[in-house]
Amino acid sequence: MTVGPMLDEWYPVGIFGQLDEAGRKTMLMDEPIVVARDGNGDAKVTDSSGRILPVRVRYGHVWTSLGEPKKELFAIPEADQPGRRFVDVGVVRVRCSPLRAVENFLDIAHFPFVHTDILGAEPHTEVQAYKVEIREDVDEVWATQVQFYQPQAAKSASGGITTQYMYRVAGPTSTVLYKTCPPRPSEWDVITLFVQPLAEDLCDVWPWMALFDDDTPMTDLIHFQQTIFLQDRSILENQVPRLLPLDPGMEMPTRADLTSVAYRRWLKRHNYTYGAQLVAQ
Amino acid sequence: MMKLYDYILSPSCYKVRLMAALTGVKLDLRAVDFHPGLEHRGPELLALNPAGSIPILEDGDLLLTESSAMLVYLAAKAAPGWLAGSDAEEAARVQQWLSFSGRLTASLGGARLHEMLLRPGDIGVLQSQGIAALRELELGLVEQAERGKRFLAADRPTVADIACFPYVALAPDGGVSLDPYPAIRLWSRALRSLKGFIEMPGIHRLHELKPEPQLEAGGA
Ligand SMILES: N[C@H](CCC(=O)N[C@@H](CS)C(=O)NCC(=O)O)C(=O)O
Ligand SMILES: [Fe+2]
Repeated sequence: MTVGPMLDEWYPVGIFGQLDEAGRKTMLMDEPIVVARDGNGDAKVTDSSGRILPVRVRYGHVWTSLGEPKKELFAIPEADQPGRRFVDVGVVRVRCSPLRAVENFLDIAHFPFVHTDILGAEPHTEVQAYKVEIREDVDEVWATQVQFYQPQAAKSASGGITTQYMYRVAGPTSTVLYKTCPPRPSEWDVITLFVQPLAEDLCDVWPWMALFDDDTPMTDLIHFQQTIFLQDRSILENQVPRLLPLDPGMEMPTRADLTSVAYRRWLKRHNYTYGAQLVAQ
Repeated sequence: MMKLYDYILSPSCYKVRLMAALTGVKLDLRAVDFHPGLEHRGPELLALNPAGSIPILEDGDLLLTESSAMLVYLAAKAAPGWLAGSDAEEAARVQQWLSFSGRLTASLGGARLHEMLLRPGDIGVLQSQGIAALRELELGLVEQAERGKRFLAADRPTVADIACFPYVALAPDGGVSLDPYPAIRLWSRALRSLKGFIEMPGIHRLHELKPEPQLEAGGA
């Protein structure tokens, strides 16, 4: 399997605050790399031949690329907004395709069944109509006007509310969601899933959040998100087939996973197929 | 109120939360940033538990750092029916499985930390030791079934069952399948249907997706 155009994209490879000079040995798309802090305190990423890879430090994490990125790392303007708290949730390894990890994050229909009594609850299983588009100017997938009833939308929510969502695919394995911020109705909470593809069927997932919540202790914010992600993990590890099918006919689209259909179409258009299964016609 | 230094994803902490829920005891939970913060290895917690592990339970002057002792304490205070009765064999079996549960923590727990949170370890060794422990537990349950008993030490659940259940139920998180163990699956269902049972991420409430495994007395 050749990596193809995904080679030139940016990927998260560690929490910046946890780097040391000894470095962290890890993988990026089957290539061994080392992520370290150099003598000046800057992040440094090298591949197995000692080549220094491009580096960005953003959103609490270190980003790199095995190729030559044609675009700057995507922007999250909320990351510079005063008053937000930034949460490094910590890595979780999942034995699944990196693309499947993103797709699951985009799918709202699983909330009542997988995140029962937190992000969803029966009988409120209906996903209302929403809007999905590929924004050509920024080359991103966006889903907007998504609404869902949630028993406990955030650590800061004190009861059930109808939550508004926007979903965004900002890179082949980077996705950002915006959701109703219970203490500040005029703002969005930002929750991301940054996925480091280790192999086509193995990934390290680095969730990160930028929230308005002055009251909840940091550890509780971390544990809220880890709880949710761990509920997904066992589902992800049991998905069949392991790789994400990129033939549009293979899995029946319902209204609930229009975003997934758009994501798959966008992956196909860019030939982003590392972690995908192309169905021969 | 008893104070538990707790981590929501820790099976050892979950043992104590589960026991408290089953016996109606309220705990004051103090969340520990185990991952990614490694707070359990920081000065405040090391002063309480030099072993650098959680759970830690505080009740007045009493400080416990072993989950099995915490289960016994909760049961003795609130629901002594969860302890061994006066029968010598039953008492020994409870103690046997309480000690055995440490092997599950070391093997299946180690495999889970390695596979999920990237903790160092020899995954092949951890998994094969986990499988050996699961086989032993399966056999123990089959033998109990032959004696007409549904749980590890008696025909009622005891602290021994709670000590062994979490790491077993979460074995798949560490890449160890539970498919080969019908007696363990039946036992897990019996525990998950107890009144007052609570979940943790990865341990789901009982739903009827899978048919009950059949276990014949005298069969394997
Ligand atoms: N003392 C044992 C320790 C239980 C245990 O191993 N706990 C894990 C968390 S589930 C731990 O603290 N590990 C320390 C580490 O991995 O750094 C007990 O109470 O059963
Ligand atoms: Fe989920």
